[in-house]
Amino acid sequence: MAEMTVMNMVSAINLALREEMERDQRVIVLGEDVGLDGGVFRVTEGLYDRFGASRVIDTPLAESAIVGASIGMAINGLRPVAEVQFMGFMYPALNQLISHAARMRNRSRGRLSVPMVVRAPYGAGVKALEHHSESTEALFCQIPGLTVVVPSTPLEVKGLLTSSIRDPDPVIFLEPTRSYRLLKEEVPDGEYLVPLRKARMVQDGKDVTVIGWGAMLPLIQKAVEDAKAEGISVEVLDLRTLSPLDWEKVIGSVRKTGRAVVVQEAPRTCGLAAEIAARIGESALLSLKAPVERVTAPDITVPLPKGENYYYISPARILNGIRRVMSF
Amino acid sequence: MLVDDFDPLKGQMLQILDREGNVNKELEPNIDAEMLVRAYKAMMLTRIGDEKAVRLQRQGRMGAYPPSKGQEASQIGPAMALDKDDWTVWAFREMGALLWRGVPLWQQYLYWMGNEEGSNYAEGVNVTPSVVPVGSQVPHAVGIAYAMKYRKEKSAVLCFFGDGATSEGDFHEALNFSGVLRTPNIFVCQNNQYAISLPRERQTAARSLAQKAVAYGIPGIQVDGNDVLALYAAAVEAAARARSGGGPTLIESYTYRLGDHTTSDDATRYRKEQELTYWEARDPIARFRTYLKERKLWDDGKEQAYRTAAEAEVEEAVKKAESFPPPTIEDAFRFTYQTMSVNLKEQIEFLRRDLSGKGDG
Repeated sequence: MAEMTVMNMVSAINLALREEMERDQRVIVLGEDVGLDGGVFRVTEGLYDRFGASRVIDTPLAESAIVGASIGMAINGLRPVAEVQFMGFMYPALNQLISHAARMRNRSRGRLSVPMVVRAPYGAGVKALEHHSESTEALFCQIPGLTVVVPSTPLEVKGLLTSSIRDPDPVIFLEPTRSYRLLKEEVPDGEYLVPLRKARMVQDGKDVTVIGWGAMLPLIQKAVEDAKAEGISVEVLDLRTLSPLDWEKVIGSVRKTGRAVVVQEAPRTCGLAAEIAARIGESALLSLKAPVERVTAPDITVPLPKGENYYYISPARILNGIRRVMSF
Repeated sequence: MLVDDFDPLKGQMLQILDREGNVNKELEPNIDAEMLVRAYKAMMLTRIGDEKAVRLQRQGRMGAYPPSKGQEASQIGPAMALDKDDWTVWAFREMGALLWRGVPLWQQYLYWMGNEEGSNYAEGVNVTPSVVPVGSQVPHAVGIAYAMKYRKEKSAVLCFFGDGATSEGDFHEALNFSGVLRTPNIFVCQNNQYAISLPRERQTAARSLAQKAVAYGIPGIQVDGNDVLALYAAAVEAAARARSGGGPTLIESYTYRLGDHTTSDDATRYRKEQELTYWEARDPIARFRTYLKERKLWDDGKEQAYRTAAEAEVEEAVKKAESFPPPTIEDAFRFTYQTMSVNLKEQIEFLRRDLSGKGDG
């Protein structure tokens, strides 16, 4: 029987890393300040003491080399888990991710593969400095060969990160910073896996499907409570893996409810919500009772904290979206 | 050690065979006769195979191709220093090194003809596929080497890149990483004097590329890139350093690209005829041949016989590459992930119907 401990997301990530490092000598953690310091969010705390400097590498400040060297390690038999300190600092490594990590298997006809995880805290709502609030996950969803995973709770993060580390292909693992210490729940020690590429039905409902991921989930759940008070029955899907996406579950749910609201923290244009709306149009048009509603940030740069309320999604805005599809 | 005797900051360059083929006896590496002849043949095969590739492109039988002509020593010399389990990470102008490391000519042709199977090297051939974005392969070499070090293997990673790559961020990040982590890397910069049209002096104000090693706290040496013995000697020393935990070495191979950047390029737009003449007189194959003849390992009869054999081998390689079956629809999809996603399976079916003219519902 696994022992259950109430913990937040940071501790759950730490637990997943520790257990995978214990289980598999090939698992290596590397990144800026991940060793002695335990990471700027303390996600990797204690790993350096436990596993030593050769498995928990404090790297020079160089995102492209962190990802590029991880690709080399993965090609040559290791299972690197790289940390990029914030998603806003991932862009120097985009060439490595897009041009190499995503393609090595295809380029070599399966001879070489890149079983690597690149973790990064992401998202707004934490009153941070510029570049610390990005949510550009759709960039990665456009790249064939990458798997993009966004956990939403401590229990989920443990199972999803463990599966990501064991996955044979590169995984971009985006951790919602806002959720890091917001939620606590029971998390088991020992083997606990959540499959990749499978969405999670958070709540069953019949009038409208609300689709979200990561830090949007608690906001959605708040909006759903308010909708319930108005007599609206909402089905909630947590996508978990954004790419490749679990279309079967999304389309199945929308065919049932006939209405969809996609909640996306990122700016509107060319976000993942646009792809979801298009796909619902292709596959569930005749079931629809209203156009697919997108609740997103506007197409603006994330404002600094004083202006964040113009950008960041609130439960009230989600509720408005639900009301719009209901009253169409 | 060579890296102590040839200081790039003082403008010193290692040369063992001069352009006439005279050998510096004090520095002459001890290479057995069989290997010397094999190296010469590999350089010849590279020259002939490379010239053939250019002709194939001109005839419309191959896509854009980056010629290696003039850089045969620069590629094969360092590769000669490797052992079986070592890795080679290359850019795109390393036909000779690949031949030496077990990637046959037909497979290299297949790649340049536009088939990914040309990068599906045989089991046990530790060579990464070609990397086109300049310099971006260098961090991979560091990671591959780190894995060796982590497992306490006595292997090394040879990584090629060009003079242009030294201006890229990835070059800096990777060499810095390698220096800090003391990974078993042999970095070989093939300085062929041009990055497409940009001459080396416009790439960096530094006097040499080898001296960049100083900033990373690693040994660096500039080597005559058309002198196969010098390259071998420098690489053997670097490999020994790597295997014994001494960390990486940067070798600048000072050479010249006698051909165009690729078959899409016209080097006469940015290079003068006299410059070409100067470098043709420093041909790496000619001077090595003189050396082998001096050592009675080679003669005109052998030259003629091998040339004929090599030309036949090249023709066989062309035939094999041209008769390789084209990819199927599944081949285009099936290496995106280890397990094909539902989405991709649907897209294969959709595409198949659409391409067969049955895509109207």
